[in-house]
Amino acid sequence: MTTAPTTAGPTTTEAGTARAVVTGVGVLAPNGIGAEEYWAATLRGRSGIARITRFDPSSYPSRLAGEVTGFSVRDHIPSRLVPQTDRTTQFALAGADWALADAGLNADSLPADERGVVTASASGGFEFGQRELGHLWGKDPKHVSAYMSFAWFYAVNSGQVSIRHDLRGPTGVLVTDQAGGLDAVAQARRRIRRGTPLMLTGGMDASLCPYGLAAQISAGILSRSEDPTRAYLPFDAAADGHVPGEGGAILTLEDADRARERGARVHGEIGGYAATFDPRPGSGRPSNLERAVRGALDDAGLRPGDIAFVLADGAGEPEPDRVEAQALTAVFGPGGVPVTVPKTMTGRLYSGAAPLDLVTALFALRDGLVPPTVHVEETTGHDIDLVTGAPRPVTGDAALVLARGRGGFNSAMVVRGPAAA
Amino acid sequence: MSAFTTEDLFRIMRECAGEEEAVDLSSAAAEQEFALLGYDSLALMEAISRVERGYGITLPEETLGEALTPAAFVTAVNAALADRMPAAGAA
Repeated sequence: MTTAPTTAGPTTTEAGTARAVVTGVGVLAPNGIGAEEYWAATLRGRSGIARITRFDPSSYPSRLAGEVTGFSVRDHIPSRLVPQTDRTTQFALAGADWALADAGLNADSLPADERGVVTASASGGFEFGQRELGHLWGKDPKHVSAYMSFAWFYAVNSGQVSIRHDLRGPTGVLVTDQAGGLDAVAQARRRIRRGTPLMLTGGMDASLCPYGLAAQISAGILSRSEDPTRAYLPFDAAADGHVPGEGGAILTLEDADRARERGARVHGEIGGYAATFDPRPGSGRPSNLERAVRGALDDAGLRPGDIAFVLADGAGEPEPDRVEAQALTAVFGPGGVPVTVPKTMTGRLYSGAAPLDLVTALFALRDGLVPPTVHVEETTGHDIDLVTGAPRPVTGDAALVLARGRGGFNSAMVVRGPAAA
Repeated sequence: MSAFTTEDLFRIMRECAGEEEAVDLSSAAAEQEFALLGYDSLALMEAISRVERGYGITLPEETLGEALTPAAFVTAVNAALADRMPAAGAA
């Protein structure tokens, strides 16, 4: 591999050539809490999708979700923070703790202004917001928590993680629906290239409350199936929407040279990234997803043949699936690269999905095993080589992760595995 | 005997803002500043709101800025309670 400056993609004209490596991961997923438990479940094809249990979903047209079960808030979150945080933020705080611990770092490893945090958010703290809006409506303004001032809003995960670990360097939040998970990691990588040695990044979403589910249903793209094995079928002829999920991943990103100097174990490298935006629906102009894929490859200095496998966005709706399959076919050739959608085991995690896919890609490169897309049987009409049934052995040291956000956001990221980083 | 005690306040603070792991909310904490006990202005706003609701009183605007310790907070609450119940205060 090369360490020379790479060709700029559509959205990447960066100062500096520092490389960003992943030295820690913290995972909360519907099919596993903690990175290794998640990875073991994913290789076994174990799905976390089931009927919603956090409230009675009987009166809703969509009743399935990927819930994180067995997460005991009191075991992971300081009591001081529990009354002022939504479940989304409790996930982010736990994920950040684990990502730092996995990297072998603690809060004072570096000066506070040399470490930062950028996360993605798709919905903010919906459950907290629902409760307090209920107080406002059913009682009076005096019953609304003072913490409503920030507990619901998009930047709250970055804010609370920043406070908890005294991260006083670059901080921010990206809001581009499901594409945001890659956009945040890309922003963290930019900050590392500009000289910040350590960034926490990624995303967590958790909106499986009545208010959150109603908002997702209103978008008209949730499956109405009652069968957990038939509800989220990306690239399948029977695809009719997706199942929502909760969770995601927080990553510790470090300057590669600094990580090597301190002897850190490296999961892999964020090798390339590009983002594009789609034309207005009905304009007749084609999607720009393919351009994002090519841009990410260019940014990484790689050719299509260097990519061992692709973690697709997998919308689970006929038209976005067709667009994604076409983009992959245009770049890699018909059936030219193994493609998988492990989120068939978690549901779509919105801003948490892509960071989790990055972890999946890094572990798959490490172990030479691509996890399967579960439940999908009939991919007629798509010329892609979808990995179904069981994990597939692969060789190679780079993978591509795609994430698409409602509203036209396309993001693509190339990761290199531990051997190449 | 005060109508509102430090113990009442600490119970409310625990409910609305949790408890710092390293802090012992005992009577010795009553004279320490809230910031040292791990409570910021939002935690105090939340506590003021809960006390007002629970005891049917309105605390003066200055409470947030001037009641820097639990003891001062308790004094402010008891003053408001006395205003509400002049007969009890006169007895």
